Amino acid sequence: MPSKLPSDIAKQVKTIAAYAREEGLDFYETIFELLDFDEMNQVAAYGGFPQRYPHWRYGMEYERLRKQHSYGLSRIYEMVINTNPCYAYLLRDNQPVDHKTVIAHVYAHADFFKNNVWFEHTNRKMLDEMANHATRIRRYVDRFGFEAVEKFLDTCLSLEDLIDPHSLFMRRTTSGPVPQENDRDIDRQVVKYPSKSYMDRFINPPERLDAQRRRLRADHLKRKRAEPQNPLRDVLLYLMQHAQLEDWQADILSMVREEAYYFAPQGQTKIMNEGWATYWHSTVMTRYCLQDDELITYCEHHAGTVASSPGRLNPYKLGVELIRDIEERWDLGRYGREYEELTDMEARRRWGKGRKRPERVTGKESAGREKIFQVRRIYNDVTFIDEFLTPEFVDKHKLYHYRYDPSTRRMVVVDRDFDKIKKQLLFSLSNHNRPYIYVVDGNYANRGELYLAHKHNGVDLQIKYATDTLTKVQEIWGRPVHLQAQINDEMVLFTHDGEQSQQRTVTDDLPQPVHSL
Amino acid sequence: MLLKIHKDHQRFRHIVKGKIREDLRRFLTRGELIGKEGKYIVSIPIPSIDLPSFRYGSNDDSGVGVGDAKPGDGVDADGEGIGPGGTEPGNHILEVDITLDELADILGEELQLPRIKPKGRHEITTQKDRYSGIRQAGPESLRHFKRTFRRALRRQIISGTYNPNNPRIIFERRDKVYRSWRTVQQPQSNAVIIYMMDVSGSMGDEQKELVRLEAFWIDAWLRRNYEGVECRYIVHDVRATEVDRHTFFHLREDGGTKISSAFKCARDLIGARYNANEWNIYLFHFSDGDNSSESDNRECCRLLVDHLLPSLNLFGYCQVASAYGSGNFINVLLEQLGEEDTLITTRVNTKDDIYDSIKTFFSPGK
Repeated sequence: MPSKLPSDIAKQVKTIAAYAREEGLDFYETIFELLDFDEMNQVAAYGGFPQRYPHWRYGMEYERLRKQHSYGLSRIYEMVINTNPCYAYLLRDNQPVDHKTVIAHVYAHADFFKNNVWFEHTNRKMLDEMANHATRIRRYVDRFGFEAVEKFLDTCLSLEDLIDPHSLFMRRTTSGPVPQENDRDIDRQVVKYPSKSYMDRFINPPERLDAQRRRLRADHLKRKRAEPQNPLRDVLLYLMQHAQLEDWQADILSMVREEAYYFAPQGQTKIMNEGWATYWHSTVMTRYCLQDDELITYCEHHAGTVASSPGRLNPYKLGVELIRDIEERWDLGRYGREYEELTDMEARRRWGKGRKRPERVTGKESAGREKIFQVRRIYNDVTFIDEFLTPEFVDKHKLYHYRYDPSTRRMVVVDRDFDKIKKQLLFSLSNHNRPYIYVVDGNYANRGELYLAHKHNGVDLQIKYATDTLTKVQEIWGRPVHLQAQINDEMVLFTHDGEQSQQRTVTDDLPQPVHSL
Repeated sequence: MLLKIHKDHQRFRHIVKGKIREDLRRFLTRGELIGKEGKYIVSIPIPSIDLPSFRYGSNDDSGVGVGDAKPGDGVDADGEGIGPGGTEPGNHILEVDITLDELADILGEELQLPRIKPKGRHEITTQKDRYSGIRQAGPESLRHFKRTFRRALRRQIISGTYNPNNPRIIFERRDKVYRSWRTVQQPQSNAVIIYMMDVSGSMGDEQKELVRLEAFWIDAWLRRNYEGVECRYIVHDVRATEVDRHTFFHLREDGGTKISSAFKCARDLIGARYNANEWNIYLFHFSDGDNSSESDNRECCRLLVDHLLPSLNLFGYCQVASAYGSGNFINVLLEQLGEEDTLITTRVNTKDDIYDSIKTFFSPGK
């Protein structure tokens, strides 16, 4: 597939890289390749990689992309992958001005991949890793048959969301055994009220102390036996380590998990990443690269990228506007306690009007620029929206909150309340809009059964999908599996024992799992 | 060039066609094949397999949008679908504005339907003008505004007379471009579709919705294949009458069922208006298949063999599932007239079956 870049594009790549460096972008070496539309669709279906393991879902994605393209719905201009060196693909039949825009866009993505902290733990040699996965899975196919491997892959892919992206950055307290506690340690924890010695028998009756001791000892035993020791979000890890799997199955599960972790930061930073790239392609193009006769095509395609339509929020648009808003606010000094505490809208609007924004900034020369470089380093979408979405911004960009109206069976605009909009946005960005599922007991009722729980945060699970997915968990676990979830304000326990699914209300006479959420 | 992904693609197509992996067919979703009439927003069917995963349920139906709407306004999901999606995960159904012709083409491609070979007088041709190109001269009424504007804008920018603060574009003679047309010869063929529907007590709203969808797609496909298409509508319980389109889909159901009455009505209509040598005649009958008596079943078969089938291109009988009734009529037809190649029967129980039903009706290419 690799082909030498035509000399004119190679020249553009060099110039634009120089401009991008001058502006302060910092990226790994980036290798560009030209692809025709069918190759581009393949690469896009493979998630940006030239090699993936064989699976029908790539074929499905390929068909979708190809149809979208041939019905004129959408068009992929570029792909870029987070590796070192960075690989980027350009669509061969783009116009020269599109190539320039895309190259500038790609360099900003490359900068983001390299510098944003959420990408710090991604494997920069993923290109090789993906190819290794493909080889390993092909080998398993040869040994165990296509259907067996494909079916197992399907099962794993159903569960690929069940990872803990934050675990890469912190040490969860799960590891290490519970420290031994002897009788003296337990005695020390028993609560005794201060008393005179002749009253002690009455204030701290011995039978109460005994009861306390017994309870503490039981608690300790329970904690020691608890498996896992704390609720665990990385369900895939738990399955990998504890489920009864063949070696090849555990290996496939580990590959699916590894790839899920690799792609997770891209899901966590979609708005910022696209906003950042859009900010920079627009800056580089309008400042350095645009020829007069290319202006209109450039404008048309840029407008297409940031176009918004009712009911949909375009991450490119939201990202770039927020970044520009941050830059302006920091240039004008609209931040800090004094500004935040202003309640008078008029005063807020006038704030900093006297200051003049620097006309032409290169690199981090201005306060605003410096701020946005900092933002691209330490934020992800959730913290980005949480920190920088302001009522003024919501008002200016006419955001609204909508919800399903059962009486008209339509999506209906509810209001433009800032808090609600922000809450809704944050909700849909948290955990990729997927529910939080934890392993709360790996030996439920001492029967080797797996007990999962959904952490309810306002929205129920989809029951049909939940039961189907639970079947998949059971296929991996082998023993019966349970899922506790709150449905219509009622605690429900879904169970699948390998043959049938059942669903019952959680009552007190059911055995308790070792942890509760 | 053979791409690696073609193997995956092949595999996916096979799963979709149901040749392998029956277990995955459960998770197959299709585009809904819905056409909103008037505005023609259409979902293009792209099959996809939706692997189960833990996800949020229906009380998640809210989001954040952008625009001028006031509280209470509907959020129309008629985004053009260009560019990236919003914050909501895509549900793999594409919606797009397209013309009915394009829609029918997509349908034909999707279902691999052959083009219909019209019978009758195709030697008669008509002339038709089609706009197909651009040229430098032409009447002002055909001026292509967008292209002209772009040319003028480009010229002004290059020559330096464009002022961004006062963006005034003045067309010159050489900027102007016009649409041009080509005259094409087209064979003329006419078709009439006669829809008949059972409106007896057992046909409820749900059944009628299925009929409406099915009729929409029959309409779309036949209109794509014929120059002029006329539609006639007949409803019947124990008596049959011809009605207009609106009544056809909105008449309240009542009474018993005597299918032969509709067949008689169709026979009279064809006899009076549509000469089989000049018209391509399509007859579709929708019913829950619960005819009143054996003798009426026999009468129906007699009418079909003697009067209707010889003059028709196609008689399509579509049986919709109903909570009541035996649904026996389809068996009667198959037993008595299974040999006739102008007769095609299908069953439609849910919306998913419409897809297969249309395919069954039109795959012979008649």
